[in-house]
Amino acid sequence: MAERIIPPSTYYRVFAVLIALTFLTVGLSFLPIGVWHTVGGLFIGAVKAVLVALFFMHLIHGSKASWVMIGAGLFWLGILMVLTLTDYLTRHWLLY
Amino acid sequence: MADKSAVLWHHFDDLSHQHEANALGMWAFLATEVLVFGALFTGYAAYRFSYAEAFEEASSRLNVLIAAVNTVVLLTSSLTMALSVWAAQVGRRRMLVWCLLLTALLGTAFLVFKVVEYNEDYREQLVPGLAFDPGKWKDTNPAHVQLFLAFYYIMTGLHAVHLTVGIGIVLFLALMAWRGAYTPAYYAPVEMWGLYWHFVDIVWIFLLPLLYLIGRHELSDLHL
Repeated sequence: MAERIIPPSTYYRVFAVLIALTFLTVGLSFLPIGVWHTVGGLFIGAVKAVLVALFFMHLIHGSKASWVMIGAGLFWLGILMVLTLTDYLTRHWLLY
Repeated sequence: MADKSAVLWHHFDDLSHQHEANALGMWAFLATEVLVFGALFTGYAAYRFSYAEAFEEASSRLNVLIAAVNTVVLLTSSLTMALSVWAAQVGRRRMLVWCLLLTALLGTAFLVFKVVEYNEDYREQLVPGLAFDPGKWKDTNPAHVQLFLAFYYIMTGLHAVHLTVGIGIVLFLALMAWRGAYTPAYYAPVEMWGLYWHFVDIVWIFLLPLLYLIGRHELSDLHL
């Protein structure tokens, strides 16, 4: 097929980074850092997800149409989350 | 090219066009899957903010060791899946079959560890409705703890269902690959179901911090 092939050496390097980030994020859970458990965990998770998508899922060589579809998916997810949470997280403001 | 006509469907201009359409279709399906899991993540977020203390306390009682091992298992299965696609692209049939079988095996290992973990949860009185002791939760509201655990079982359960489907498909791909169905000119099923496999991996990448890592664990929890 007419597309660029990602060599195994790239996969091995990405895999090593993913494993290192997993140890890092699990290690952080043993430290007394309060709310940063959630923030740090989500940030490291997002970095790992981007690495998987870009390299394992070949998105780095993906077509514009694929990128648009992913953008649309994340945009809908944004609507779902933002509109729901602006309701739930502000309800107590009206308790007077 | 003699084999080009055999692998190019008549409604596409060329193989590149066909490949783009295949990938677009799979990404569209995955976008709907993002919303399926997104609804659960949104519900989780609403209650994680409202009942922060109970969620963090309950999270720190889950088995982080099995979760960490399972994360490594699933990431490794994603590596073997990516190598499967490469083997298909360069026409290494034996490697393709073995990498697919290894992927299915690692996926199965994940499920086995998950069953062991659910069993541990049951013995630790962490299953609302079946085995839950409200008296073990002194500082937090047991009702809120049960809500966290409900999210835990539904989210990991739905993820496990997706993984089970993935294992079945990967085994089918291995059978077809063994029969020689895929060539460097035609390997779309391997690549497209690879995208599905990696998506299921990404879901777990977010489940790990949100379910297991929002509270603080003690080294003694590991029972090493």
